[in-house]
Amino acid sequence: MSRLTDANVVIAKEIISRYPRPKSALVPLLHLSQEQNGYITREAMVHLGELVGVTSAEVYGTASFYEMFRFEPVGKYLINMCGTMSCALMGAGELMHHAEHKLGVKAGGTTADGMFTLAHAECQAACTEAPTLQVNYRYRFRVTPADFDNLIDDLRAGKLADEIPPHGVLAKVRQRIPADKGVGAVAPEDVTEGPAWLDGKPAL
Amino acid sequence: MSSYPHAPGFVVGDRPKVVTSRFEYTDSFTIERYLATDGYKAIRKALSKPAADVHEEVKGATVLGRGGAGFPAGTKWGLTPQQVWPRYLVVNGDESEPGTYKDRLLMERDPHQLIEGCLIACYAAGLSQCFLYIRGEMALAQERVAAALNEAYAAGYVGKNILGSKFSVDIVLHWGAGAYVVGEETALIESLEGNRGMPRLKPPFFPAANGLYGQPTIVNNVETLANLPWLIRNGVEAYTAIGTKTSPGTRMVAVSGHVKRPGVYEIINGTTTFRDLLYGEEFCGGIRNGNKLKAFVPGGGSAPWFTPDQLDLPFEASQVGPAGSMLGSGAIMVMDETTDIPAAALTLTHFYAHESCGKCTPCREGGTWLERILTRVVNGTGTDADLQQLIEVGTSICPGDFPHASNEALGISAVPFPYKMTTICFVGPSAYAPIHSALTLFRSEFEARVTKRITIPVTAVGAAS
Repeated sequence: MSRLTDANVVIAKEIISRYPRPKSALVPLLHLSQEQNGYITREAMVHLGELVGVTSAEVYGTASFYEMFRFEPVGKYLINMCGTMSCALMGAGELMHHAEHKLGVKAGGTTADGMFTLAHAECQAACTEAPTLQVNYRYRFRVTPADFDNLIDDLRAGKLADEIPPHGVLAKVRQRIPADKGVGAVAPEDVTEGPAWLDGKPAL
Repeated sequence: MSSYPHAPGFVVGDRPKVVTSRFEYTDSFTIERYLATDGYKAIRKALSKPAADVHEEVKGATVLGRGGAGFPAGTKWGLTPQQVWPRYLVVNGDESEPGTYKDRLLMERDPHQLIEGCLIACYAAGLSQCFLYIRGEMALAQERVAAALNEAYAAGYVGKNILGSKFSVDIVLHWGAGAYVVGEETALIESLEGNRGMPRLKPPFFPAANGLYGQPTIVNNVETLANLPWLIRNGVEAYTAIGTKTSPGTRMVAVSGHVKRPGVYEIINGTTTFRDLLYGEEFCGGIRNGNKLKAFVPGGGSAPWFTPDQLDLPFEASQVGPAGSMLGSGAIMVMDETTDIPAAALTLTHFYAHESCGKCTPCREGGTWLERILTRVVNGTGTDADLQQLIEVGTSICPGDFPHASNEALGISAVPFPYKMTTICFVGPSAYAPIHSALTLFRSEFEARVTKRITIPVTAVGAAS
């Protein structure tokens, strides 16, 4: 069962309605699907194609461009180790060696118990706090080998469950546009005049 | 792991605060704090004037784009064709340039300021819908902006008939999914249309004329928009009183690498020098362990490198450009004397080769070539011919002289920015930039790594005649 659930279809339709063209919702819907299943399945791409009116091949075409979408199951916790310049200057290479040793897998691998996938990552936008890593896109800063060990132990013991949701869940807060407050999206060809607040004047 | 009470990385200082004034509060991201600290006063003030007047103010203040190119926002808005509707605002929050992270902090710590900036832009330029595109990997920023938008909608600051006026606009939060190239504005638009995020050719696809769904579209950086509420509240004179005439206001700069106090600082534009930033007590406080500075990247991973010779340059595009580099996205990466220069260059070249979208051949093939050749040089299995090969591949991406800094000890003078390029966007040239800088300024370190080989003329063996 990897089509969107009924509850998620409701969310999906709400997201689609925010865009002037349905296909614009594709990346957000792929995230929704990955949140539901942990990765992107074939059936999910067929379903998303139906929802936004494109073929499943087009869905795959878009999805395969972006690094966050996974087409095979990954560990419950995806650990992305930054290795770009600032982190490299501050010891990211050594930290990666340590991580591989601690988890018993090479970068790109998943532990036998399915808990952790270890991955190389590019700049995570936290360069002054190098070396950094993200667990399911939640930051850890200035990570030492001992910090890494503690992190893994805490994750295994379930101590960080509140902070770090399973892989696929990004933001835990979703935008909601109340029906009575939203303007609503209009297809560009249906817009014939300038915005009301310009009173017909040019906007300079 | 260090834990930080407020914004990790951000260092407060006794300087004018245009965009970081709320960072000191632990609840800076809530609507209560925002309203208690002049929040949403600017949009109220803007709505009391004709849209064209607000546009005029932004133009008059010369709010330079903070994303990388440094193009003034007000001028950019004015490039949209007259009487073509609808027009859109796309907020570029896909910050991923190596070394850079001001936008993430602005979204995490003060999302309402960004929302108010979006409202001002939409009102002034007649933009009827706003898409706020946040980088996929920034879960906290997404949560904070989503929560702030929900608060703002509930309070009537976003949506239909804002504050009882005729001004109506939806702000739609959109997440990316991991692709550096999407930070390029036409690629961002492709991505927002649900496609692979590959840049479009300009012309004809200048977003201001032909952007999202083929409509006029303004793409502005997060920090650029975050400047607008302060500007509108305090006026053009107050804004231009900070910094210089050509670079007014402040800008956020992240300094990372081998300094004593790495951090994100809001500095005065145009006058603060690299020396102030790297050595000043109120900033980074010098190089770690009292080491010597070897080189620094002045404007994000794409920028040609500087050495101590350029420390006295100010944060002013009209001086940094002729000196051979760019200010880019406001990110400085510092290398001290212990740095292995070829290996450091490789981390950046790897980044850009990895992030190539594959549309343009010089970047798709050239980036990978550069990475492979440099990898063998760094591993000690390269030859001196490889060094020449690096330059040849680089020249196929950027024909002609590539910008670099002057160096007194080496007796070389600067080649000014920018470069020529055979690709649509800057990813390809960026793969070569670190190599060119490193090879120009630190060639001996490369030569020490490669094995000398005797060249055997190929025609001497088995020639047909």
